[in-house]
Amino acid sequence: MVATLEQVFREEWGRVLAFLVGFLGDLDLAEEAAQDAFAIAAARWPRDGTPTNPGAWLMTTARNRAINRIRRDHTLIAKTRLLEVSEATEDTMNETTFPDERLELVFTCCHPALATDAQVALTLRTLGGLTTGEIARAFLVGEPTMAQRLVRAKRKIKAAGIPFRVPPDHLLPDRLAAVLAVVYLIFNEGYGGRGELAADALRLGRALAELMPDEPEVYGLLALMLLHDSRREARYRGGELVLLDEQDRSLWDRVQIDEGRVVLDRALALHGRGVGGVYVLQAAIASLHADEPRDWQEIAALYGELARLTGSPVVELNRAIAVAEEQGPAAGLALVERLPLEDFHYLHSTRGELLRRVGRTAEARTAYHHALALVHDDAERRLLERRLAELPR
Amino acid sequence: MKFMLLIQQGTTPTPQDPDAWAQLSEEDQKAVYADYQAINETPGVTPGVRMQPPETATTVRVRDGQTLTTDGPFVEMKEALGGYLFFEADDLDAAIELASRIPAARMGGAIEVRPVVEW
Repeated sequence: MVATLEQVFREEWGRVLAFLVGFLGDLDLAEEAAQDAFAIAAARWPRDGTPTNPGAWLMTTARNRAINRIRRDHTLIAKTRLLEVSEATEDTMNETTFPDERLELVFTCCHPALATDAQVALTLRTLGGLTTGEIARAFLVGEPTMAQRLVRAKRKIKAAGIPFRVPPDHLLPDRLAAVLAVVYLIFNEGYGGRGELAADALRLGRALAELMPDEPEVYGLLALMLLHDSRREARYRGGELVLLDEQDRSLWDRVQIDEGRVVLDRALALHGRGVGGVYVLQAAIASLHADEPRDWQEIAALYGELARLTGSPVVELNRAIAVAEEQGPAAGLALVERLPLEDFHYLHSTRGELLRRVGRTAEARTAYHHALALVHDDAERRLLERRLAELPR
Repeated sequence: MKFMLLIQQGTTPTPQDPDAWAQLSEEDQKAVYADYQAINETPGVTPGVRMQPPETATTVRVRDGQTLTTDGPFVEMKEALGGYLFFEADDLDAAIELASRIPAARMGGAIEVRPVVEW
């Protein structure tokens, strides 16, 4: 029972909170009211049973609590939008009575006037339904630090007039990119080992796809996350990082790969004949990587598109790897040598690998040492040490 | 709500520095004047007064009861305030849009958008 209650809470939190922000016009008041309602639910539902429509129950209760709270404290009335609302105390237990304003909320939380770490924390707190403590642990900072970050961000939203709305068309592409970047950042934090964050990002991605069914990049990101996440079980073996080529494919989550591909097709269909945005392209590449044998020519071509779109030398590095598979290590190496990525350990580890394949062992050793000097992650370091040890003497 | 837009000139050429100003084409110079005029005529904008360049600034401090004056602005010359205006708008997005139309924003300077306390 406790588990289900927690599940319902996490699922309903964003919707309930977003409605309250729209209703009250204030994030802090909305959070208090939502917390009130969830506390009442936690006390009553186990005793009286879960209502048929938990979301509507929570929103009605939270709204009524907020109104009572405000009645007690009349000075707050001026600060809320309540005056526009007629006697809204009737209990209408139907979810459709309440507007779904989660999109407005996510665009507020991911507004570029907020620092990225604040955008991430706010999105997890408001839409994701994580507690401050959970977010703090996920990002390996102290709870007071995270609480401060959230307080400061909420203060800025209020004081600086960050709007609670879906941006107009001319701002939408940029703002949507910011939202997707936050979700992808959360996913990648989770991909590094903290699995719950990846699950949270997937939940956010699914919610966005539900809320913005016409945006190919939203589906692109969801597909990308599903396809990457499907390999989660295979990425580590006894705490050691396993590269794609050496992964046990039976550990891949086939259901999730299929789902990712369905979502990707949806994105491609929305795109018409265009090339696709950065997430759609990456998802298409991830999908090709799930095939055996892999179509390296197509993978290299898609990396080429992505490189044109982003101008990123890191993407170019990935293209070089695909080219090496398709045309041989020397061709890949020629591309790698041109890249301005001196401080990026993957450049050196890739160089090392390609040099090894063309038989330039001594240079390969130097390249691996170079990579080792730059790497921070322990699992990646051990992987490089294994590669180095495997080089012929 | 009300915003104050602080115009940081940075390396933006201005007519107050004739050499730098002369580097701009006549067309660009006209565009700068036209853009500032359009900004000042935007509904909700209260233009600030025009300021002499930061080179003319005097900075005043009082320490231990002594008034100390130094030549020049409080911050570095190129970080000195170049101008300001007030803007009454619905939200930050509107203020950001206005700020992005101020020539200094694209010519080497930046605009700081600050909400004004209202009672």
